[in-house]
Amino acid sequence: MSRYRISEADRPYAEEFRRNLEADTYYHSPGLQRVLNVMRGSPKAGKYVLIVREPHARWALGRMPAARGEPVEIVPNVEYTDLKQAEWDVFCRRWKDLTGADLGIERPGRP
Amino acid sequence: MRILAYADRISVAPGESLAVKVSCDGLDRYDAELVRVIQGDTNPAGPGYREERIELDLGGPFAGRHQALRPGSAAIVEPFPSARLTDGLTLAVALWPTLPGAGRQTILAARDPDGGRGFELALDESGAPSFVLSDGREEVEVSTGRPLVAERWYCIAATVDPVSGVVRIGQRPKRHYSAVGDSGERDHRDLPSGGFVPSGQRLTIAARSGADGHLHGFFNGRIEAPRLLSGALPLAEALGSMDRPADPADPRLVAAWDFSRGIDTEGIADIAGSAHGRLVNLPTRGVTGRLWQEHMRDWRQHPEGYGAIHFHDDDLCDAGWETDFTVSLPELKSGVYAIRLFADGESYYVPFCLRAAGESRKRLCFLMPTASYLAYANNRIGIDVPETEIMCGRLMEMHAGDLFMQAHPELGLCFYDVHNDGSPVYYSSRSRPVVDMQPGWVGKLGGVGSNLWQFNADTHILGWLEHIGIAYDVVTDEDLHLHGATALEGYDVVITGSHPEYYSLAMFDGLRSWIEAGGRLIYMGGNGFYWRISFHRDRPDIIECRKSEDGIRAGSPGAGEYHSSLTGEYSGLWRRNGMAPNVLAGIGMVAQGFDESSPYWRTEASWSGKAAFAFEGIEADVVGDYGLSGRAAAGIEVDAVDHSLGTPPHTIVLASSRIHTQLYLMVPEDMLDPTPALSAVETEVIRSDMTFYDIDAGGAVFATGSIAWAGAMAWNGYDNDIAGITENVLRRFLDPDPF
Ligand SMILES: [Fe+2]
Repeated sequence: MSRYRISEADRPYAEEFRRNLEADTYYHSPGLQRVLNVMRGSPKAGKYVLIVREPHARWALGRMPAARGEPVEIVPNVEYTDLKQAEWDVFCRRWKDLTGADLGIERPGRP
Repeated sequence: MRILAYADRISVAPGESLAVKVSCDGLDRYDAELVRVIQGDTNPAGPGYREERIELDLGGPFAGRHQALRPGSAAIVEPFPSARLTDGLTLAVALWPTLPGAGRQTILAARDPDGGRGFELALDESGAPSFVLSDGREEVEVSTGRPLVAERWYCIAATVDPVSGVVRIGQRPKRHYSAVGDSGERDHRDLPSGGFVPSGQRLTIAARSGADGHLHGFFNGRIEAPRLLSGALPLAEALGSMDRPADPADPRLVAAWDFSRGIDTEGIADIAGSAHGRLVNLPTRGVTGRLWQEHMRDWRQHPEGYGAIHFHDDDLCDAGWETDFTVSLPELKSGVYAIRLFADGESYYVPFCLRAAGESRKRLCFLMPTASYLAYANNRIGIDVPETEIMCGRLMEMHAGDLFMQAHPELGLCFYDVHNDGSPVYYSSRSRPVVDMQPGWVGKLGGVGSNLWQFNADTHILGWLEHIGIAYDVVTDEDLHLHGATALEGYDVVITGSHPEYYSLAMFDGLRSWIEAGGRLIYMGGNGFYWRISFHRDRPDIIECRKSEDGIRAGSPGAGEYHSSLTGEYSGLWRRNGMAPNVLAGIGMVAQGFDESSPYWRTEASWSGKAAFAFEGIEADVVGDYGLSGRAAAGIEVDAVDHSLGTPPHTIVLASSRIHTQLYLMVPEDMLDPTPALSAVETEVIRSDMTFYDIDAGGAVFATGSIAWAGAMAWNGYDNDIAGITENVLRRFLDPDPF
């Protein structure tokens, strides 16, 4: 578990992540990487994952169970048709989960 | 997945046969065909999925039936002289539980499967030792009421005196802290009126026999030196007896199993008589017991320190399925083939290598890294390990196969998993369905793009060979292990897979002596020749790896447990065995990262000189800024030159990668004094070196140092500079002229 706590002070890194998604790059600043490490390092129980509906085309949002053998939960009414859209949506959900506040930054790509 | 299957072999020659074992879930019938695997990537940006159907009647359609997977390891003793316990019994055993309180777990049981007449020592639901006696109708249970603490050694004893009608149970920790409160004893008056001795002659350790004929109630943890005596000893004496080895001359001794004997076997020896037993599902041997001391390193030198067996409820070494049909392989060209089983829109592939027939060897050989496929068999890293998302730099995609694996942990584990009790997995087996070893399978660690891994990633190489039209044979790791250099004899050039990571001594020596005799190796991958593995002596379907000291690993073996139980070899990194990958390949692993790959920047040596043939006709300064594995040619797991580790001094570096993300970090074995500058953004150590070296006998090695290489070759329909470089090297290597 990360010691770092995401706060409003990390907002510039949220902006950077949005720009990096648009620029299609995986080379992030150390500050953004630290934010992503917190978000992506969350424990297995409840962890957001993509459920492939159609390979390379369509994804649902899922949450992992705690233990082996248990079913993966599907988040209702969420579907993505591109991976950047999915990354941004999950980033916003995690921002809210971790800071309690809405990020309130527009999505890249299709609305 | 409603069809699962595996075969008895992974490498066959024409004329030999393959026994296929199939399980269907709700399918009455299925059919089967033989296909040659050509290109298994289904990414629309890739070169296109391709397999070739072979006209061969396999005898289908077949009747579908369900065959179960039953993980869990145990020992079975049969016949066991139960009748000698009629006048009372004393049972004593040492125990190191790992999951006390996680359900009822049997330590030792001699109970009839129907009705349960007999006795059983177990950990109850709370994790406290409990002794059960039953006459088949009436059951008496007495528990110490003191739950054991995980990963502490205890002696447990239970006695039954039919004269006084008293049953006693007691526990004593090896190291006593009164504040912990984990010692104690209980007794109970009243035995079942009909006795407590089973009518059958079967005794089980670490599980009990169920009425369904299968084992249940698996124990997690270590069991050592169980013994049974006739008559009820005083409890303190029974517990105290565990301080000494059982005395075979003691006339009261009915059976005493010494697990420090025959550690490299699947038998357990009774030193009192002939109640020897056999192990089921390969529990872990060669692990430290209650008598282990700090100077002990190797169970062969100090067997007395290794008297324990570590049982797991998720061990699975052989699914033991019945054969559904047998395929006799005709005279076909050598290649990677698969039995495709299909019904009702469902399809399952059982891949295997068809070797060349007899003397008809071609000049080029693809060395199919089946040991590495096994090391990653049914790999759960992207499912079980939440941090994998950090390492991949993006969300985990769960395909139908991943959801199936999440739902079905009984498929068994591999070297990247930990057991349910958190202990590292030392064994992997192919005698079970290996669902992620199929064409079409999408992996987790294959980088942005196609995201292929091991078997399916290697089909980028097979597809390329098909594309350039150079004939090749296929030989597996298993063949190299069993036959050494002889397996490669007659081949002028060998191409590896994308990730030939796991090598036995016979494989390492075999490949090296083939090069020394003039063989030319194209190492088309990364992280190669990294871990030392041991094959089971009699069963090449089972391998072992203990990731001692360091390296990138899912868990660390305990102190004193660095030697393979199958052979006694010192397991771990080849580098820690004095044979770093650099000695063979010229380069060795420096980092991993599973998002973006990097192109290569050429050096002067690529433009002119001895090895410039590799770049003939290549104009660009920077090559490989494209690909299906991380969108460039150098990445995923990367290798570089290190002369201190044995890179031959005259090794030529033709090109190197430079831009890797900060997910790429220095490997632990390179990290001495950690500093905050160990990511690829800051340290030059992290790179792929594309290298060449040759030796006087004419042998040579060309190395790419990148798992992503094959994915770049497959870019743009195999028409690109990376494929061009590889073809240049291959054609030059096939030319017998010295370099
Ligand atoms: Fe690897």
